[in-house]
Amino acid sequence: MDDRQFILSSSPHIHSGESTPRIMYSVVAALVPAMFMGVYLFGLRALWVILLSVAAGLATEAGAQRVMGRKVTISDGSAVVTGILLALNLPPTVPWWLVVVGSAIAIVVGKQIYGGLGYNPFNPALVARVILLISFPVQMTTWVKPSPLFSGAADAVTTATPLGAMKTYLMVKGTLQGFIMGELWNPFIGNIGGCIGETSVIALLIGAGFLLYRGYISWHIPVTFIGMVFILSGLFWLINPDQYMSPFFHILTGGLMLGAFYMATDMVTSPVTTRGMMVFGAGCGAITIIIRIFGGYPEGVSYSILLMNAATPLIDRYMRPKTFGWKTVSSR
Amino acid sequence: MKVRYLFGGGIHPSEQKISQDAPIEEMEVPERVVVPLSQHIGAPCEATVSPGDRVKKGDRVGQATGFVSVNVHAPISGVVKSIGLFPHPLGRPLPAVEIESDGEDTWTDRLKPHEDYMDLSPEELKEIIRDMGIVGMGGAAFPTHVKLSPPKEKTIDTFIINGAECEPYLTADHRLMLEEAESIIAGARIAMRSLGVDRGIIAIESNKPDAIEKMRGLTEDIPELEVVALRVRYPQGAEKQLIKTLLNREVPFSGGLPMDVGVIVQNVGTLSAIYKAIRFGLPLIERITTVTGSGVHTPKNLRARIGTPIEVLIEACGGFSTEVGKVIIGGPMMGVSQYSLEVPVVKGTSGILVQPLSEVEEGVDHPCIRCGSCIRACPALLMPTILAVFAQRDMFKEAERYDVVDCIECGCCDYVCPARIPLVQLLRYAKAEVLARRKKAA
Repeated sequence: MDDRQFILSSSPHIHSGESTPRIMYSVVAALVPAMFMGVYLFGLRALWVILLSVAAGLATEAGAQRVMGRKVTISDGSAVVTGILLALNLPPTVPWWLVVVGSAIAIVVGKQIYGGLGYNPFNPALVARVILLISFPVQMTTWVKPSPLFSGAADAVTTATPLGAMKTYLMVKGTLQGFIMGELWNPFIGNIGGCIGETSVIALLIGAGFLLYRGYISWHIPVTFIGMVFILSGLFWLINPDQYMSPFFHILTGGLMLGAFYMATDMVTSPVTTRGMMVFGAGCGAITIIIRIFGGYPEGVSYSILLMNAATPLIDRYMRPKTFGWKTVSSR
Repeated sequence: MKVRYLFGGGIHPSEQKISQDAPIEEMEVPERVVVPLSQHIGAPCEATVSPGDRVKKGDRVGQATGFVSVNVHAPISGVVKSIGLFPHPLGRPLPAVEIESDGEDTWTDRLKPHEDYMDLSPEELKEIIRDMGIVGMGGAAFPTHVKLSPPKEKTIDTFIINGAECEPYLTADHRLMLEEAESIIAGARIAMRSLGVDRGIIAIESNKPDAIEKMRGLTEDIPELEVVALRVRYPQGAEKQLIKTLLNREVPFSGGLPMDVGVIVQNVGTLSAIYKAIRFGLPLIERITTVTGSGVHTPKNLRARIGTPIEVLIEACGGFSTEVGKVIIGGPMMGVSQYSLEVPVVKGTSGILVQPLSEVEEGVDHPCIRCGSCIRACPALLMPTILAVFAQRDMFKEAERYDVVDCIECGCCDYVCPARIPLVQLLRYAKAEVLARRKKAA
């Protein structure tokens, strides 16, 4: 028995079984309803965009890691998540090469140049989306009316997003009087113009419910984010409904649901403490409304998240939890 | 009535109390024992015997040196074979007395029982507790008489009897509460008398309803003792977390002790040992150890003599049942993995967990994805992931500023980490370094 070899290691000796790939593929699963609705509403084209974005993301990640002499870790699922999120943030009509360029930017500029997964300060998919938006404004803001699969509707009728339509109307007329908002039911199921994955609130909520149930996201960021958008837009609307849209319009349109539940909650780029998450979410909400109401762009979710990403290290520093026993000392 | 857990963080791993229905089994007298001279936190003992000496069961073989130190005694009668370095559960060879049995197992004639022990003064009680080698038997092995001697300026109003046994797998305290509850209660009353405290709380996790019922029945007519059922939550049995749950008091950070908030906590096994020491004059030469895990044939709760090699205990449970990965002394959360089966049972050995190779968690770590799970799981309310980065880069000043010394090494952060970063190991390293620097500066 003496020559028996045992494994030696530091405690603890059991583990919850949680793992990075499990988290990543759970996010993928949570995005299935949104992807389904994207394809249903905008046609098979949307499916190709998603698949191309994922494939390009995986290829870029493998290539970048090989060039840098790092271990290739594409099976951890993080590039798949980034690829899907980027695709869901693109208009359905986007040309194929733009998808490839965007996906490569997300992986290289968004993630790998910082050292790979876990080290990137900004959400990779949003970095790519914003670079594309600035570089290819026309392709990135050409929207079409949803034409559900098998509905026999004609293809590709261009339209504006509700937020874009509102902004234009306000600019032209100087007032929102007479602006037809339409049924809020439409953005709830997704029957509006917009990015592939952002239009269907119900699909996004189903996936978010799954992530909340599994504990991979907590309520702190989405609730403070959406809550802040609701409160601020509500205040403006109460002050002057001729100039500002109702808070329900604001929370149901644009990229808010996608951003609040899937992008702002990105673990790597958001604060690690619950108090920090609430500050982060509230900040995202405030910046979103400032951009939507006072900015040149109709939509501000992407920028708000990126700006708050930059503030994350600072938030983590100031929102540090008080060590157990701290109260007792200060009261002595 | 269930008490809510009030401490932040914590986890609930699978309880795995597979040995809870196995009654305590007396082991045969071992042929040979190795009695380490250091089985407690504090100064090691000095050997008081030499090779060739004949000793009887209960004879002192190691003399306490200094206040934070206790005696050790011969667990069997026989001949001292050698004094030297032997494998120790802490992971390195340490001085120990090796005794070979004479097969007689005769008691020393120096035992001093006390019929009316409640007439003894607190000082006399503590003196006996120290002489009989009593240490905390929950695992930390801190000398009990020291804990029972708080400085005068600390007012102690509550005594907590810790029967939480929150580590998965371990059932030694559970069985003791079922089978020898009277000795625990008597021990608690002795400890409370020596502290001058008249409020005692017996704390048991609600996964041991039979123990709760038993204790409630026995304390019905004792107004100063109350039994409280705790919600199952690891590390509910850790002193600071237990005090927080029961009394909503927080032991001050950075080196605070339970006595700073008016509390002394003792494990149920320790109290039983105190009773036996005072009433019958029995030194601490045996303890109950749970031998468990799917790597042993029949998990059991054994009453083993101190110094018995763990190999003998595993044999008493039918040996290994499969290819073994780890042999752990203690529980799966805080136990120490062993390199040798020669290692003896010591006063703090609450369990031996045999983990099959198939159950061993592989240590491949990924980059931190900043999920924050470790922060939410930390009962000390620290930021383990940040501290781990400081530890990896030897940034000890920063680690100190982020209170690394308050880490209780419970393992919750490690358990939940999806990237499988060895957080406890890193924090332990930084903590040791910070404490060493503080000592040097002082």
